[in-house]
Amino acid sequence: MTNKDLDTFPKLIRRNATERPDVPAYREKEYGIWQTYTWKDVYDNSRALGLGMVDLGLQRGDAVAIIGSNRPQLYWVFSASQAVGALPVPLYQDGVAEEIQYVLNHAEVKFVVVEDQEQVDKVLSIIDECPSIRTVIYKETRGMRHYKQPILKSYDEVQELGRVYDAKHPDFYDAEAEKAVGSDLATLMYTSGTTGRPKGVMLSFNNMVDAGRLSVEFENLTEKDKVLSYLPMAWVGDHLFSYSQASQAGFSVNCPENAETVLTDLREIGPTYYFAPPAIFENMLTQMMIRIEDASPIKQKMFHYFIGVAKRCGVQIMEGKPVSLWDRFLYKLGDFLVFGPLKNTLGFSQIRVAYTAGAPMGPEVFKFYRSLGINLKQLYGQTESCAYVCIQNDTDVRPDTVGPPAPGCEIMIDDATGEVLFKSPGAFVGYYKNEEATKETKADSGWVHTGDAGIMTDDGQLKIIDRAKDVGKLVDGTLFAPQYIENKLKFFPFISEAVCHGDGKDTVTAFINIDMEAVGNWAERRGIAYGSYQDLASRDEVYAQIKECVEQVNRDLAIDSELVGAQISRFLVLPKALDADDGELTRTRKVRRRIIAERYAPLIEALFSDANMAKIESEMTFEDGRKGILKADVKIADSETYPAMRAAS
Amino acid sequence: MTHQEVKPGEVLLAVNDISLSFGAVRAISDVSFDIKKGEVRAIIGPNGAGKTSMLNCINGFYHPQQGTITYKGQTRSQMKPFEAAAQGIGRTFQNVALFRGMSTLDNIMTGRNLKMKSSLLSSMIWWGAAQKEELQHRRFVEDIIDFLEIEAIRKTPVGRLPYGLQKRVELGRALAAEPELLLLDEPMAGMNLEEKEDMCRFILDVNDEFGTTICLIEHDMGVVMDISDRVMVLDYGGKIGDGVPEEVRANQNVIDAYLGGGH
Repeated sequence: MTNKDLDTFPKLIRRNATERPDVPAYREKEYGIWQTYTWKDVYDNSRALGLGMVDLGLQRGDAVAIIGSNRPQLYWVFSASQAVGALPVPLYQDGVAEEIQYVLNHAEVKFVVVEDQEQVDKVLSIIDECPSIRTVIYKETRGMRHYKQPILKSYDEVQELGRVYDAKHPDFYDAEAEKAVGSDLATLMYTSGTTGRPKGVMLSFNNMVDAGRLSVEFENLTEKDKVLSYLPMAWVGDHLFSYSQASQAGFSVNCPENAETVLTDLREIGPTYYFAPPAIFENMLTQMMIRIEDASPIKQKMFHYFIGVAKRCGVQIMEGKPVSLWDRFLYKLGDFLVFGPLKNTLGFSQIRVAYTAGAPMGPEVFKFYRSLGINLKQLYGQTESCAYVCIQNDTDVRPDTVGPPAPGCEIMIDDATGEVLFKSPGAFVGYYKNEEATKETKADSGWVHTGDAGIMTDDGQLKIIDRAKDVGKLVDGTLFAPQYIENKLKFFPFISEAVCHGDGKDTVTAFINIDMEAVGNWAERRGIAYGSYQDLASRDEVYAQIKECVEQVNRDLAIDSELVGAQISRFLVLPKALDADDGELTRTRKVRRRIIAERYAPLIEALFSDANMAKIESEMTFEDGRKGILKADVKIADSETYPAMRAAS
Repeated sequence: MTHQEVKPGEVLLAVNDISLSFGAVRAISDVSFDIKKGEVRAIIGPNGAGKTSMLNCINGFYHPQQGTITYKGQTRSQMKPFEAAAQGIGRTFQNVALFRGMSTLDNIMTGRNLKMKSSLLSSMIWWGAAQKEELQHRRFVEDIIDFLEIEAIRKTPVGRLPYGLQKRVELGRALAAEPELLLLDEPMAGMNLEEKEDMCRFILDVNDEFGTTICLIEHDMGVVMDISDRVMVLDYGGKIGDGVPEEVRANQNVIDAYLGGGH
C-alpha cells in the first residue's frame, strides 16, 4: 500500500531532493549541449515557481494549464502546482486554438504556463473567450519583447517573485505540500477521444502514484535508468513514465532539443527504458528500409541475410529458449555485423525495456524489433487507468496479446458485449463535470469499461481485438474488425494509414494513405515524376504497388478461417494524408471513423459500387491554420481475394 | 578610419549618384538612395535591372565609376569586400555560396572568422586562450542555430541539405559576423510558399531582435510589400520609384516596368 509520507508527487520529489540531491533528474538539450538538472534543482525550481504563482494569486483548487513540448521547466509546473494545492492540466501543444479554448474553459483554468511565443499567441487569440484566465506564464522569452499585456509573465520573473515570497514565508511551501493526501486530485488529463468533445479524466495522487510505484517494481527500474521524453506531455503514458515513475525511481528524464532532433538525441542519450506508440516503431522501420535500399548491394545482401537469421531465432534466443548451436553462431555474427550497428544507429544499444502502447502493433513489426534483441513489450491501458492495466512479462511476450493483468489489476470480459473491463489502483476518479459519462464508464462496483473488445486466452492473457464499437459484421456474418486489417496494411512501408469499411456490407473495402517519404523515394529511384502528394497518390504505378500490399494482406487473412470473408475487394488511395488538424485523426493519431465516413461519403459509396472513379471535395487545413478545399478525382482499384487456405507451416 | 555611431531612424548608408559600367554596358546610371538604421529596405526590379550590381557596389565588390557611397558618415571611394565586412556589412548571395562539404555548424562558424583573435599558432596548439575563444564563438553560433531553428541539421554537411535550408544556413553565416547592415540577395528565390513564409519571419525577427538593418533584393512583389519599410525600384539601371510600399505599388512607372506596359 501507499506509504502515507510519500503519497503525493511533491512529497516524493522532496524525498529525492534529500536522498539523492545530485542524481540527474531532468536533462534538456540546449545550444547543442545537454544541460542537467538534479533532483535538488527540481525541488528548488518547483518551489520557486509554485510560490511565484501563489504570489500572483494562485489559490488551492485552481487549475493550471500546461502547453508546450517536453521541457524540464514544464514538468516542474506539475510539482509546483500540486505542492500549493492547484490542479495541473496538460494540453496537447499542437492543438488548434479552438480545441485549447474548450479545455481551458471546461477546466476553468486560472494560470496557463506555455513554452514559447507560438503558444502565447494561441492563448492570446482566445483569451477573450476564456474569462477565467488570470495569468499566462511563458518559458521562452524569444520574440516576446514587444508583448506588453499585463497578464503575461516570464517563467524567470515568476520564479523570482517566488524566491522573494519564500524569503518572507520560508515554511509555507512545505507546509502546503504536506496538506495534500493521496485521495486528492493530482491532475486532470483530457482524452483526445475518437468521438465527441474531449473528456477531463480526474486522476488522484493514489491513482498516479500507485500506478507508477507498481510498474517501477514490476520492471525493477532504478535511478540509473534513463528515458527520452518526447511524447506529448498531455498523454497519460508520458505522464506515467516521465513524471510518476521518474519521481518514484529517481531516474533521469531527457528532453530532446526539438521534435526534429528526436532521433539524434535518442542516439546520444541511449535510453535504457523507452516507450513509443506503434506508429513511431513502424515509422523507424520504414526509414530503415528506405535507407537499406539506398545502401550498396553487398550491404543489402548482408542485411537481408542476417535479418532472416534474426527472424528465425532472435526471439527464441532473447527468451532463453533452445536454439541450435549453428543458429546461435550466426546470430552472434549478425549481431556483430548488422544488429549491433543498427541498434546503435537507432539509439537502442542500451535498452533494457521498451514499451509500445496506445494502439495495437502489427505483429510483424513487433517481432522484427524483438528479433534484434530489443526487449519490446506491449502495455495496455488508457487515460482512465493511468496507462496501467496489463504488462507483458519478459519471459512470455506474444505479439497478439497484451499480457496478463499487471500487479494489482483485475480484468473481466463482459459476456454479452465482449468488452474488456478492469479494476486497478490507477482506475480514475471520474470525468470532470460529466457525471453521466462517469456513470457509463465506471460502475459502482468499481469495474471500468474500456470500450475495447477483447478475449482472455486460456492461460490468462488479454487479447485486444478492436474498439468494441468499431467491430461489426459483414452481411454473411463474418467478423469485421477494421483495425486488425488496417494494422496488417500499415505494416507495409508504403502505407502510412488505412481505413477499412465493411460493417453491414457484403465485402470489405479500404482507404489507403501512402507514406510520402517511402513512396516518394521509390518513385524517384524509378524516375517517376510527380508534382505533389495528390499527384503521386494517383499514379498507376503507385496503385500497382499498393495493390500488391493489399493482396498480400488478403492472403494472410485467407489463412484465418474466421476472417477469410473479410478480405479487401476494392481500395483507393486518398488524395490527401489524414490529419489531426482536419479532425480526421486524434492527436495520438488514431483514426476518427465517423468523421472520415462523413467527409468521404462519396468515396465510400463508390467503393461499394462498380464505379472505377469517384469525385471528392473536402476541406483541409494548412499548417498555418488557413483552410482550403481539396478537389480530386480518385481512382478505385479492384484487388484479388483468395479462397480459404491452410497456414503454410 | 572612424565611423560615427548612427541612431535608429538616421541614415546608415547613403548612395549618391552612382553609375557603374562594364565596357559599353551601363549597369547602373545615376542612382541615389539611402538606407536608414533599423529598417528593412528592399530593392526590386525586373531581371537585369542592376539590383545585384547595386549590392556589389555597396559591399565593395564593384567600384562605381562615378558617385559616392557614405557609410556611417564616412564617404569612401575604393573599398574591398573584406573591409566592408570588417565595418559591419554582411551579405548572402543569390546562388548559395556555402562550403558544401562542411557541416552547418562549421559553415556558420566561418562567419565568426573576423571576430577571432587567436593567432594561427595558438589555434593549432589549442590550449588556453584559443580554446576559450572558440567556446565563446560556439556559444554565439549556437544562439544563431537556435534562432534559425536548424538544430536538427547542426552536423549535416550542407551539400546534403535541401535548397531552402541552405539559404537559411547562409543567413546564419552572415548573422554570425554580427553585421550592422545585412545585404540579402534574393533570399527567397526558388523557395516554396512555406519556406518563403519561414524566411520572411526570420528576416523580420533578425531585424527586430538584433536590430540589424536589412537591405534585400527580391523578385516576389508580394513578399517585399509585406515585410519592407521602404522599397526602391530599379529598371534598366535607373531608379524609377522609391518610397513606402503603398507609394511604390501605386507608382505608374513601376506598374509599367512590371507589366511590360512601358516597353
